Formats: sequence, structure tokens, C-alpha cells
Amino acid sequence: MTDTSTLLETALQAIEASSEERALEQLRVDYLGKKGQLTDLLKGLGKLPAEQRPAAGETINETKRKIQAAIETRRQLLVEQSLAAQLAAETVDVSLPGRRQAAGGLHPVSRTVERIRSLFQSAGYSVAEGPEIEDDYHNFEALNIPGHHPARAMHDTFYIADAISAAGAADTSVAGASGSGGSAVGNGMSWVLRTHTSPVQVRVMEQGQPPFRMICPGRVYRCDSDLTHTPMFHQVEGLLIDEEVSFADLKGTLEEFLRAFFEADLAVRFRPSYFPFTEPSAEVDMSCVMCSGKGCRVCKHTGWLEVLGCGMVHPKVLESSGIDSKRYRGFAFGMGVERLAMLRYGVNDLRLFFENDLKFLRQFN
Amino acid sequence: MIFTQQWVREWLDTPLEADALIHQLTMAGLEVDASGPVAAAFSGIIVAEVTDVMPHPDADKLRVCQVSDGTQVVQVVCGAPNVRAGMRVPYAIIGAELPGETPDKPFRIKKAKLRGMDSNGMLCSAAELGMADASDGLLELPGDAPVGQNVRDYLLLDDRFFELDLTPNRGDCLSIRGLAREIATLNELKFRELINSKVDATIADTFPVTIAAPAACTRYLGRVIRDVNVAATTPVWMQEKLRRCGLRSIDPVVDVTNYVLLELGQPMHAFDLDQLQQGIVVRLAEDNDSITLLDGKTVKPDVDTLLITDATGPLALAGIMGGENSGVSTQTRHVFLECACFDALAIAGRARKYGLHTDSSHRYERGVDYQLQALAMERATELLLQIAGGKAGPVTEQTGQLPARTEVKLRPAYLASVLGLGFSDDEIISILNRLGISLVSRSEDELMFDIPSFRFDISIEADLIEEIARVHGYDQLPVTRPAIRMQMPDESEALVPVQRVRERLVTLGYQQVITYSFVEPGLMAQVQVLPEPVALRNPISADMSVMRTSLWPGLLATLQHNINRQQTRVRLFETGQVFLRDSDPQSQQIRQPERIAGLIYGSRFPREWAQGRDPVDFYDVKGDVENLLQLGAILDQCRFEPASHQALHAGQCAAVMHKGVQIGLLGALDPRLQRALDISSSVFMFELDLAAMCVAMVPAFSPLSRYPEVSRDLALIVDQQVPVADIEAQLRELAGENLVELRIFDVYQGDNVGINKKSVALGLTWQHPSRTLGDDDVNVIIERCVKGLEDKFNAKLRK
Repeated sequence: MTDTSTLLETALQAIEASSEERALEQLRVDYLGKKGQLTDLLKGLGKLPAEQRPAAGETINETKRKIQAAIETRRQLLVEQSLAAQLAAETVDVSLPGRRQAAGGLHPVSRTVERIRSLFQSAGYSVAEGPEIEDDYHNFEALNIPGHHPARAMHDTFYIADAISAAGAADTSVAGASGSGGSAVGNGMSWVLRTHTSPVQVRVMEQGQPPFRMICPGRVYRCDSDLTHTPMFHQVEGLLIDEEVSFADLKGTLEEFLRAFFEADLAVRFRPSYFPFTEPSAEVDMSCVMCSGKGCRVCKHTGWLEVLGCGMVHPKVLESSGIDSKRYRGFAFGMGVERLAMLRYGVNDLRLFFENDLKFLRQFN
Repeated sequence: MIFTQQWVREWLDTPLEADALIHQLTMAGLEVDASGPVAAAFSGIIVAEVTDVMPHPDADKLRVCQVSDGTQVVQVVCGAPNVRAGMRVPYAIIGAELPGETPDKPFRIKKAKLRGMDSNGMLCSAAELGMADASDGLLELPGDAPVGQNVRDYLLLDDRFFELDLTPNRGDCLSIRGLAREIATLNELKFRELINSKVDATIADTFPVTIAAPAACTRYLGRVIRDVNVAATTPVWMQEKLRRCGLRSIDPVVDVTNYVLLELGQPMHAFDLDQLQQGIVVRLAEDNDSITLLDGKTVKPDVDTLLITDATGPLALAGIMGGENSGVSTQTRHVFLECACFDALAIAGRARKYGLHTDSSHRYERGVDYQLQALAMERATELLLQIAGGKAGPVTEQTGQLPARTEVKLRPAYLASVLGLGFSDDEIISILNRLGISLVSRSEDELMFDIPSFRFDISIEADLIEEIARVHGYDQLPVTRPAIRMQMPDESEALVPVQRVRERLVTLGYQQVITYSFVEPGLMAQVQVLPEPVALRNPISADMSVMRTSLWPGLLATLQHNINRQQTRVRLFETGQVFLRDSDPQSQQIRQPERIAGLIYGSRFPREWAQGRDPVDFYDVKGDVENLLQLGAILDQCRFEPASHQALHAGQCAAVMHKGVQIGLLGALDPRLQRALDISSSVFMFELDLAAMCVAMVPAFSPLSRYPEVSRDLALIVDQQVPVADIEAQLRELAGENLVELRIFDVYQGDNVGINKKSVALGLTWQHPSRTLGDDDVNVIIERCVKGLEDKFNAKLRK
């Protein structure tokens, strides 16, 4: 049976020498296929004497298994090699940047308003907005600031040149209840760029029934422009009106807000102050975030930063808006968004907010 | 309001340590803005008398003086123009230290030779002692200043000033007396009245006064003082007090009225009696009134302005400023003193109207105690007679409508509920008593208080609550968190929150900007002439004088700003109100809708190794707008129609129509405008009405089909000007209810489709809800489509 052993040896050599899957397949056909050499040998078994056939058959089958195993081993090796070559060829530089539209970002003032809004909304406050060209009544009179009140000097007001008769009160919207606009106001009123967002609160109170919990973010305007003032800036004013509301609640609300906004347990102090629309009124200082109250340029070496104005809503303001001040009372507060953004992000120049230099804006993306 | 430590100490027996006082006042609502010493740190300066002055032999501007310090006479060379023999001046001895350039480097006086003449020390000006910003000569001390005494001791210069930023409700603290009362309250000290002047008349002269506006002028006291020596020198103690509180010494009469204003808070005015004709009439201005004021300015007062007049016309703007001609001058011999109370509302705002702000108007606007005039008149007379001599007539008094004394109730239970802290009746009464507010009556749950005339800011219960909270200390009040009734917000799903719109634009690569709502009128007109913008009456500057009618001017200006700072790829958006005048000029209405606008410039993608070679075009901005309209799933309901706008390219401008209503515009910046703005490559912009684009469809489920989809492509050749959207709309009608997708996958213009023609390739997909669609089904539809498009658009199938 030298035939089988020679054949096996030749086959194994050929298999070992094959370098492609296709050549290997050809060897399989040559040896193991229907017309292959081993098939031929098997067919020749019949010519042998009956007693030799089992042994000879066993030898042939043994050879066949060995060749099969060798081919399979070789095939796996070749597949591995070719995959490895493919992977090597397809390797990319993962450090190169991806293909994309570079994301933009929100303006830092917008980002700050969003943060304030989200904190107060989580606490159950709604959001209301209103017109920026306001009538004198809503900006001043309804807030207990009559015509010649000295407090008007505190608001350097922009006036509208022509006698227009009605602002877009219909555009006033309370989040989730659009179109709840105020009514048009009669002729002969003077019109201003709102000096605070309090008129929005008046408009909401005029249209609804207590209890109220709302914040009013938006642009406000004061006729003032220097290193620390821009003629337009942003405020968020808050209002809570209910039956049993106390100054202690106001203190708790604002302390909690400052803690949440700055993510720090800052010392907070309330100082008596004066606003025509609140009584008692207070200004809120917090421990300077830049120097932790030690005293620095930002806090003018006092260790304190003035961050909020607030107070218990003046009964006249409630009555002007048709709310029974014997049954209801509440508190109001207001904050300058740019100031909070400057303190939060360490911006040292107010005017940067409105220059809109991309190199500045992208720092907040 | 500026006050000094020493002056208040005269009223209160307390050391008033500076830092503690600043903290106490600030925490009581009287914010201290600034504080500092009233003179620089210096030593070795004494009162000396100049005994002889000789010209310097070698210098025109220097004089050689002999100066006596009380024990010896030394020679000092001096350059001051006002040096003269006999005057007493501050003299810095050898070894004295004056303020130097920095606090730790004092300027030390040494023996010197000036142009050859020995000089033993220096004669000093006020500026050299840190008592003034500038001086034009030596500080002349009174003739009775004790020679040899330390100047610091003589002038009591170890004093501090405090500048208060008083809120408008605390007019009662605009005087030393008022502040002393407040500080006494805060320190639980007894306030004692220091002033109780009374000057009896020695002559019978009076001058008649009539109040013709009794609501505005509630009280008017007058007094004639004859034979006043206006050339007398105001004593140094008074000059110093005035100086430290920010007022300049002028003449004895003015100084006295200013002094009383600071001391008691009562503004006064002194007329030259010889200039007054017939009698004083206090009345509102009339049409032809005109007055030249002390500052030389002539005003024609409005009819709401209160005037002091005589037979010749206006003498003074009441409570604001006196007239040039009737005031005290160097010629004045006889004086008529005015000490009046004007109603705050009659004065408020008037000074500002004429561009004025005086110490007097500042006080009247905030309210002056209507009980104060008699005391102030006596005090002023006393001081004037002391300084400038003269003989006083009797005080005349006219009254208008004097305010009624107010009583205000306070319910202790209500107080407790508002502050979150209860006070006993005794505590309440004690705190208010210290403020001069006294109990008049009480019932079971109510206390009634009498409000003193100087606290015109207190008129309702809340005012008393604030006083108690303030004196008790805001920091001593409890802190609680409000218990609030739970309430779910009304949050409509049919509205896209603006936050999502902004987030989407951010994802699309846009940077949010915030620009001023007022813009430069020229740029506004370049972008949009109509509607005519609303103008401001008092803009901060000409380039911020009209209200925007579009967000584009702000975005374009921001683009220019950034291009000028080397930015080559810019994508911006802004949300905000625009201000639109009604098109009907009669209506004068203004709408203020919220808009969202964007702008893209430069390459489509950031310029990097794998991308960013293609510049943006119309379809980039349109794609972004479509993306926004998909937020509320209303894109399918919108159409983009060719449109025109002055700021946009005539061939690349589209109106966004939603259910037949225009909700926005987009397109390329008009090349002319682009050139005018000096922008080198194309800019694409959009602006949408925010409310209209935030409309959202609430999703409604439709069942899924289990059967396979069938797709066919159609390539058509049509005239170039046929809008593909029209073909698409027609196809949707023709393609039957089972069409599930229609896609435009190619548009081609070129030689092989013919001149003025284009090839449009569309992919259509159908799916039936309950069976498999066969070729036969689809072939029928395709035939119908091709026929329909041929009829409508003369479309030919591309071979």
C-alpha cells in the first residue's frame, strides 16, 4: 500500500505549499472530489480480495481524513492571514477629527436664564413673558410708581418718540397658555421700553386669579451706558401670591435659589431697602464668590455682592391688579441675569455679552 | 448725603466706631457708599502768624516771609499769591510730615535754600493738607486762631466722613439731626434735641406773603433781617462742617442757609430785600413766565411748576433754585429769609425737567417735615446774627393745606404672619417709640399709632411692619420655605418649546447671539424700509435710535464684527421681539411678535481634512429651516414659494407658507447689500415667526402594513421654470392613497436634456395595508402619473 502513503505525503506537501483558498479548494477536489485520487482508490477496492478490503479501506479512509484535516487547518490559517491583511490595510488614524457639523451654543445670558428657569420651574413656578414696549401704566403706575415719584429717577427710562396707542399686549404669553394677552390701552398714554419685567407680572395678575407663582425673564432697558451698564440687559423677576406667605418664606426661597444656582453654601444677608412696589423691601447680598468673602476688587473689598432685590408685594400693587389684598399677599424678587452670569462664569466685562464675539461666545458651548 | 462722625457725635453720646457704624447703617437700610478721613495724615503743622512779607530778590513769584509760631520768628520762603502780613496760616515746621505720593512715603519738611534764601519750613494750602482737591493759595485760618496750636487739633481734623446712598423713602435722614435720631434708635439711645433757638424780633419790619397755591405750598415762613454784613467771614468751624459734607463756603448768608439745610434738613432761601417789590406771591407758573436762575440759565417754567414771585415776576423756582437778580450779593444789606414747606408732589420731577438737581429739590422731592419750619427759621436767624450781625424782624407765617396727622393701625397677629415671627405688644410699642412713633389707642387685636410729621413715608400697616423688621434686623428674622399647593402646569403638546428650537439650531451648528433691540436707522433701512421703525425719543446714541423691525440688522452687524476678527465661517441665530407699526398710519398700533432668525456664511462644514471645501448655498439654509419645521412635524403642511424682499437676492428668496399664511422668509443676502456691507462671500439668512413655527402636530398612530413595499423611479424632462414642488404635489394627487414615500433624488440640467429643460428623477414607493401590490397595480398608477404630468407640465419621460 505504498500508493496511499506516497499519496498522503504528496498531498500534505501540496496543502502546506498552497497560499490561497482557491488553490486549496482545487487540492480538495483533486484528492477528495468525486473524481479525486482517493475516490479512485476507494473505487479500486472492489478489485481486491474480500479479506484485504476492510484493511485497505480503512487505510484509504484514514488517508482521506488526514488530508481533510490538513486542508481544513490550512484553510483556517489562510482565512486568518487574509483577514489580518485586510485589517492591516484598513487601519485608520483614529486621532483625526470626525466628519461633522460643529455644534454651536447658547449665549451665556440665555444659558443663565435657562438655568434660573429650570430651577424655579422645578419648584412649581410658571414662566410668563410680555411686550418690551410697555405703557406707562404697566411699567410704573400699576407698580405704585406715580408720575413724579423720585423712584422714577432710579429708572433711566427710554421713551418712544411717537404717540402710539397700543403695544403688543396680545403677544403677552404665559407658558402653556398662549394668547392670554392684555387688552389694548387708550390713547394719550406715554410708551416706554420697559425698565423691568414687573409689568409682565401685572399683566398676568390682571388676567388671572391667585395663587400665582411665576418668573418673568426678559430684556429690559435703561438709558445708561458705561463700564458697568449696558442700555439693554436681562432680568428674571419672580412673584408668589397666596394666602399665607411670609417674609421668612421669601428669605428661604432666595437662600435656596442662590445655593442651587451657585452650587455652594454661600452666606446670604438681607438688608432693608426701598422699592415702591414692595413693603417691606430688601436687598440681598451674598458672600463674594470670587474671594469667599475675604474682600477683593469684584466685591469692592466688602466681601459682599449685591445680587437680588426683593420684598413683600405692596398692597397697592395687588389692588391695582384686582387682587384682594386682605386675603392675598406675596413676595416678589428680581435679579440681573448678566450679573449672575458674570459671577457664575467669572466674566469681567459686562459689555462682552452684547459684542457677540464668537471667541467669547464659544467659551460657553 | 454726606455726614461726619464728629457732627453726629455732638448729638449722640456714643463713640460711633467707624466700621461698626457702617455695618449698622447698611444693615438698617441706610447704605454707606464711601467713608474716609476728612484730611490726610500729617504731623508737625501748627497755627502761625505771618508777620512780614518781602519780595524775593531773585524770584518774581516767591516771597520771603517772617513767620511767628508764638515763641520765635523764622524765615519761610513762600510762593502762594495770597500770602500777606498779619494772616494766620498752617505752618509745617522743620521735621513735619505731609502726605507724600504714597501713604507709606510721607513728604518730610527740611531746612532749605530757595534761590539763595533760607526757608525754615512751609506755609500750607488746603490741598497740601489733603483737605481739598486743589487750592489756589494758602489756607487762611481765622484771625483768632491760637498761634502755636497744632492745626489738627485746632481744626478737629481727626474726623471721618460717611457717604450714604439713601433710598427715596428716607428723606427724614437727609440731615444730621435726622441721622442722629436714626442712629439713636438703632443703638437704643435716647435722642435729645440739641437745637432750641429762639431769636426775638428787635425790629417790627415784615414783608407780605400770599400763598396762591395752597396745595403746593403748605407753609411759608418769612423774616426780615436788616443791616446784615455780607462781607463777614464765616467761622472756620462752619466752613469746615460744610466742606466735610461736600458744600463750599460762599458768603455768611448762603453758608447759614446751607448749614441749616445740613443740620436740620430744611432748605431755605435768602432774598435781597431791596430787590423785592410789593410782596411775595407763591403761585404756579403761567404761560409767559420766565426766570434767569442763579446758575445763569434762563428757563420758561411749565404751568405745573411752583414759583416764588413778586410784583415784577418770578423770583425763584420754588424749592429748586433762586433767581439771579433777587439773590444775596455783595451789595446786599437787608435780607428776607424764606423757610417754607412745599408738597413733595409739587416739586418732584420738576428739577429734572429743567436739567437741575439741587440739595433743596432733592429734599423737597422726598418730603420735608411740615413741622420743622419754625425751628429752622429761628436757628438760621440765630446763626446769621452771630456771624453777620443785623436786626431781626418778627417771623411771619402763612399756611396752605397742611397735611393731616396720620394714624396707622397695626395688628400684631398680622405682623407675625407677614414676618413669620411674633412680637409682643410691648416689643412693638418699644421699637416704634424709639422711632418717634407713639401709641394712641389699642383694642384687643389692634394697635393704633400716631406717625410723626417727619416720617411721611409711613402711611399703611405694611410700612410699620417694615420698620419693626428693620429695627429688629432682617437677619434676625426666621427663614422658612413656602408650602405651596401642587399644581401641574398647562403644557400643550401642540406647541414646540422655544428651548427645543434653540437646541436644534445649536445642533445644526448655529451660535446664539443677543443683539440690542435698538439699531442704527441706516442699517435698518438697508435691510427693511417698511414698516417704518419705531423711534426712541431719547436714544443713548444715534446708532441705537430705532427699534428693529427684523432681527437681520443685528445678525448682519454681528457677522461684520466677526469677519473683522478673522472669522471665516459664521453661523448665528437670535430669538427676540421685533416692533412693527401697523400698516394703517391712522391706527398707530404696534405689534411685538417674537421672531427667530439665522444667518450662515462660509463653508458648509467646518474646514478640516475631510470636509469643508464647499461654501454654503440656498439649500443649506433651506434645509435648516425644514429641520426646524420638522420639530412640530408641520413641514409637510408648509410650502416654499418664490418671493421678494429688499434684503434678499431676487432669484434666491422664498416665503415659507404654512396653510396659506406666510410665516417667514429665507434666502441669499442681496449681492448689492452684501457689497455695501463689505462682506466678501455669500450670506444666507432666514427669519420665522416664532409662534407660527412652534405649532406642533400631536402624533396620531396609523396601523403598520405587513405587506411588502413596491418602488418605481420616474425620470422626467420638463421646462426649467417648472417648480419641482409643483410636480411633486401633482404626483401625490395622482399616485393614489397607497403612496408611502416620494423622493426627489436627482435634478439635472445640461446638454443632453435640451435647452431650458431639466431632468427630474423621482422615487415613488407604495404599500397596501392589506395585500401585496403587484406589477399590474403599479403599472396602472405609473401610466396615470405620466399622463397627468404630461398634460399639466408637458413632462416627457426620459429615455
